[in-house]
Amino acid sequence: MSDEGIKIGVTVNGVKREAAVEPRELLVYFLREQLGLTGTHVGCDTSQCGACTIHLNGCAVKSCTILAVQADGAEIVTIEGLARGDALHPMQEGFREKHGLQCGYCTPGMIMTAVYLLKTNPNPTEDEIKRALEGNLCRCTGYVNIVEAIKWTAQKIGGDRVSR
Amino acid sequence: MTTQHAPSGLIGASVRRVEDPVLVSGKGCFVDDVQLPGMLYMALLRSPYPHAKIISIDASAARSMPGVEAVLTGDDVKLNIPSPVMIPGQKMPPHPVLARGAVHAAGTPVAAVVATSRALAEDAANAIEAEYEALPAVVNAEKALEPGAPLAREELESNVCYTAIKKGGDVEKAFAEADHIVRMHITSPRQVAMAIEPRGAVAKPEPNGDLTVWLSTQSPHRVRADLATSLGYPEHRIRVIAPDVGGGFGSKGPLYREYVLACHFALKLKRPVKWTATRSEDFVTVIQGRDQAMTSELALKRDGTMTGLKVRVVANLGAYLCSNTAGPPQRMMAMAPGCYQIRNVHVEVVAVFTNTVSTGPYRGAGRPESVLNIERLVDQAARELGIDRLAIRRKNFIRPEQFPYKTAVGVEYDSGDYEKSLDEALRLSNYDEILRYRDAARARGELVGVGVSTFVEPSGGAGFESGTVRVERTGEITVLTGSSSHGQGHETAFAQIAAEKLRVSMDHVAIRHGDTMAIQQGVGTFGSRSAVMGGGALVIAADRVIAKARRFAAHLLEASHEDIVQTDGGFAVAGVPEKKVTWRQVAAAAHGRPLPGLEPGLQETCFFDPRREAWGFGSHVALIKIDRDSGEVKIEKLVLVDDCGVIINPMIVEGQIHGGLAQALGEAFREQMIYGDDGEVLTGSLINYAMPRAELMPPLTLGETVTPNPFHPLGVKGVGEAATNGAPSAIANAVIDALAPLGIKHIDMPYTAPKIWAAIKRAEG
Repeated sequence: MSDEGIKIGVTVNGVKREAAVEPRELLVYFLREQLGLTGTHVGCDTSQCGACTIHLNGCAVKSCTILAVQADGAEIVTIEGLARGDALHPMQEGFREKHGLQCGYCTPGMIMTAVYLLKTNPNPTEDEIKRALEGNLCRCTGYVNIVEAIKWTAQKIGGDRVSR
Repeated sequence: MTTQHAPSGLIGASVRRVEDPVLVSGKGCFVDDVQLPGMLYMALLRSPYPHAKIISIDASAARSMPGVEAVLTGDDVKLNIPSPVMIPGQKMPPHPVLARGAVHAAGTPVAAVVATSRALAEDAANAIEAEYEALPAVVNAEKALEPGAPLAREELESNVCYTAIKKGGDVEKAFAEADHIVRMHITSPRQVAMAIEPRGAVAKPEPNGDLTVWLSTQSPHRVRADLATSLGYPEHRIRVIAPDVGGGFGSKGPLYREYVLACHFALKLKRPVKWTATRSEDFVTVIQGRDQAMTSELALKRDGTMTGLKVRVVANLGAYLCSNTAGPPQRMMAMAPGCYQIRNVHVEVVAVFTNTVSTGPYRGAGRPESVLNIERLVDQAARELGIDRLAIRRKNFIRPEQFPYKTAVGVEYDSGDYEKSLDEALRLSNYDEILRYRDAARARGELVGVGVSTFVEPSGGAGFESGTVRVERTGEITVLTGSSSHGQGHETAFAQIAAEKLRVSMDHVAIRHGDTMAIQQGVGTFGSRSAVMGGGALVIAADRVIAKARRFAAHLLEASHEDIVQTDGGFAVAGVPEKKVTWRQVAAAAHGRPLPGLEPGLQETCFFDPRREAWGFGSHVALIKIDRDSGEVKIEKLVLVDDCGVIINPMIVEGQIHGGLAQALGEAFREQMIYGDDGEVLTGSLINYAMPRAELMPPLTLGETVTPNPFHPLGVKGVGEAATNGAPSAIANAVIDALAPLGIKHIDMPYTAPKIWAAIKRAEG
């Protein structure tokens, strides 16, 4: 299959990758099945759940909404690219510290969305956090501790104040 | 936070989860993450019709498409999903893995394809041509009982699968002598479990004839037995692995058709086969919850004493019976009187086939329906009799000194203090103050309501659970539990228990679960049973290991085993603390030169069956406000007080309540699986099925009381379903409290804005 596809080049978690993809291949399946980056999950088929959220050229994007060929030339970060060796990213630590996950299936997408939120808004209010999570569904946590995890992380990475 | 190295005090500590570093790093392994060389992918053609005869299926085009390895229809594979007879005399129409002759629900698979890629399999499935002749369909269970209703299963004479009754006391006398009778009709909305990980299976035939199957399941051993039965393949040749499982909420309990088909193809083609559900497929194939319609009468004395209860439950089973489809209606019956002393009770379930997705356990599984029924009745009784709703509850509560208490339907509650729980909820909610706030708002013409629910939360049960504690040769501890996790934190909570019992640090304990080749046997995780059943098995196995280890320690220390006591990390001679041995030394002795009178090895197993369920309880209070112009209901305050006995890990318990609450709010305000009258699925995707998002979550206050379970070695009760059981009723009572001034007596959930707006308009004429 790969031999007959369209050649693309992407940088994923800092590593340049070249591959041939079918024109109809979604980016999420390219990441999961061709690159073996199975931390990015698929939870729906209507782009509602956000489990597949990654960073594409610095923006949080649902990787089920774009084709792999559209990512040609892009810089991609997945959940596997957040930690530095054994040191978890502060947001990963925050999710653990505040019990922001249970089954862990939505978690990679949640974390990628949350990291992007703090990049664009380092001191979000609780309402801003909830609004930022609009595109990410969780069925286990009731979101309560996900919000707490993001607040914790914002403080940890230097936000000067988190107001309610 | 308690440090993980503290060898005692672990039970009761909010230890951070052992599971998390892997999961937050994207290094978990869910079923769809399993990739095997030479693996094929399965796709299914499903019926768009809710009820139809199959005229023909033409798969010739699909068979010749690129990458296609095999195509099967119901003519080729005559396997069925096995279903136990839960109720004597119940009808058992077949549940074929591929439809034969007819389909009875939209989404029923009629053909299966395996191909070399997911996309090619889907292409081929779409190229199969199936011709149907539509038959009349019925989707509402009460309508299915009306004369002349279409037959959901055309091979049967009626839509009734079974009728079951639980009763006690003299109900007719109670009603004949009643001063007042409250009558209500209440329905619970059909809900979708919506574990974010869709179901999946990978089946791998082994060279020796074994079959390894990765499944997204809550019950690896039970599913393995059903899989063996369905396939006609020896159970001991099948290894089921439940790797990381992305949520279940009851829906991943039973064996599903696709699992059997994937295994069938794998055995036939001698190649690994993967199937992963799309969300759309899960919407029309995973067991759905609730959908019980309850017609009830509550008999009372003028002073509010409840004397009799009659309930007729019409339970919608869907079209096909899964192994646990009859579970929720049975549960509903067993807890019908709730936390009240009602000595004369008659509960009847009429279980009905319809042309809808099968129902089964979904977080609560009969409990929320039962609580909703009795709590709405009690509130309505208070209103009709002019008695305060708290006073009527207090008057009828089972009192602490009455436990263990056998209810009129023959179930024994272990322990409880319902007034204490209610008092705590009132305190935390500033109840008197919110009533004043309500009354002031009401005087201004606003629609504000306060609601209370007091409820019981049965947990555990469903047979046994197993636990093995093994001390390895180096003294490290391995725990094998039949209670496999799908997000509940078993690897943390069970390690807390084992580490505390054995007096070692948690990092010397490994919890293993979810693999039938490694684990002795098991039942699984559902019905709030893991801490009760898995925890009970584990603690008894640990006690047995300790007892045996003392004998080895006695030998090493040249003392009598009666004189050996546990110390941190091992054992010592009582009163001589310097005469001590470590677990490592004990384990070496247990696996070394045989000792007289002692069987080698240091491993003990318990199949735990306390022969009773654990009855947690709680009190929830809601303050809500309704926007008169839009009908939107807003929660202003929500207080949840739950009692689950001794708490192992408060952080995990709170997380369970948060998650259950989100699902409760979904039920109360927005979630409902809706079918058109012709059986068409109208809410079959996340676009039109309204799952709660972060913004739905209201301000929240959690509280607790602790009433240890006197019949359990750890004193624990379950808590996983507490919020789904209690919160919807508190909210329903609050919404009706707000609307009562308009003369509204009852509205069924979900309380969507258009529904409430229309009710207000109707009431205002």
